[in-house]
Amino acid sequence: MAEHKRGRQTVVFRNPPVITHTFSIAGPKEGRGPLGGKFHRVLPDLYYGEKSWEKAEIKMLRDSIQELLASANLSPGQTDLVLAGDLLNQNIAASFALRELPIPFVGLFNACATFADALLLGAMLVDGGYVDTVVAAASSHYATAERQYRYPLELGVQRRPTAQRTVTGSGAVLLQTGGKAPGPKITAATLGIVQDMGLKDVNDMGSAMAPAAAATIEAHLSDLGRKPDYYDLIVSGDLASVGLAITKELLQQKQISVQNNMSCCGIMIYDLARDGVEAGGSGAGCSATVFAAHLYRELVAGNLHKLLFVGTGSLHSPTTYQQGESIPTIAHAVAVEA
Amino acid sequence: MGINRSSDPQKRQAQMTYQSLAKKHQPKPRLARNMFLAFLTGGAISLLGQILFNLYRGLGLNEGLSGSLMAVTLVFLAGLLTALGWYDAIGRIGGAGSAIPITGFANSVVSPAVEFRQEGMVLGMAARMFTVAGPVIVYGVVSAVVVGILRWLVVGAG
Repeated sequence: MAEHKRGRQTVVFRNPPVITHTFSIAGPKEGRGPLGGKFHRVLPDLYYGEKSWEKAEIKMLRDSIQELLASANLSPGQTDLVLAGDLLNQNIAASFALRELPIPFVGLFNACATFADALLLGAMLVDGGYVDTVVAAASSHYATAERQYRYPLELGVQRRPTAQRTVTGSGAVLLQTGGKAPGPKITAATLGIVQDMGLKDVNDMGSAMAPAAAATIEAHLSDLGRKPDYYDLIVSGDLASVGLAITKELLQQKQISVQNNMSCCGIMIYDLARDGVEAGGSGAGCSATVFAAHLYRELVAGNLHKLLFVGTGSLHSPTTYQQGESIPTIAHAVAVEA
Repeated sequence: MGINRSSDPQKRQAQMTYQSLAKKHQPKPRLARNMFLAFLTGGAISLLGQILFNLYRGLGLNEGLSGSLMAVTLVFLAGLLTALGWYDAIGRIGGAGSAIPITGFANSVVSPAVEFRQEGMVLGMAARMFTVAGPVIVYGVVSAVVVGILRWLVVGAG
């Protein structure tokens, strides 16, 4: 039996890794949203001085990692590993961003759950003694995601009220061996199992992802013998309004009440009434930027003490959708405590 | 949209229970509002077409030529608005009202052309130009052939 494993899906960290620094970059629409003042950098437009949106996303992710290391006074040579991913085919934003950074790199894909994935794997590697300093990062870009998953930007289509808008943004955080520096710690993590309740509507990912979020939260609490009110905040990234409401009801059916302490990064980043984003934000960069810009600061400031960060991902592709497949989804949970 | 159901009866039951639970939380499109806005938008585009038509007639052009020029003008305007990045905003409000008229067709050709310019003139712009409009053309031509054959069977040639 692995000594750090608890129950079926959860691990606890013996020497909890510390999140010492964060850096976030957000797009122009996100910059005008409720968290606008908190991002470390806001892009003036979707191109970020580049010739294509893909190049802009690559630059955004690369800049996040570079600025993160600069703020920690670390050179690439002093950094052991980067764990990063995005939504684009072949993970090009992360791979191309790392082309100019001489740091060992592992690319990850779990759709919008990629950032949670990077956090929990990074924490395992640090606590396991394999590395001292890890960057966990993720990005997404409205225009690159739209053209890969949906329609050209300028096509005049009406969106369904259950649809989510891909956030333009990237977030990077630095994980270091516990005890080296002060900061919020990653204390436990629960690895998700792929769920598929047969939903096929890619304009309603919240309904597809809710069962994965509920299953992971339930597993986390049961594996650790915790009540939901152990956490000041359980935050998903990103169920948006539809998926959040369903998740709360699914958990309520299991006698787990998160009515008052659960929210979603995809709801925090936009003003749903004003921004015209339907159910809310999505994309690997949504939870990464909200964590790096907002949640982390709240933990450091003492406004939040115990946070359960639940990344949720829809794992479909345009091909599987066109072939009539339903949407498999996943959720990974990471406990971060001040 | 469609749903998949598992072949395992127990799993299928769980999926059906979940799907009805999820349905309660899924907001429905505001049909009355959307239809009204589509009516206004589509009507406005048609009115513009009529104004252009009358204008060309007033310039002394015959009916056939005025109709063609009106269509060309609308297509040009829709292409221009698409390139300027405004047609998608009209489409968001107007829905079917701005998608069904000839201007929507122009938008569906120009928007991928603009979008995929980054991948080059051949494999990008030219190859992707008909990704949205292509199916409309294919099935439009097929239906025209079917209707043509039916007409020939019913009323004969000529």
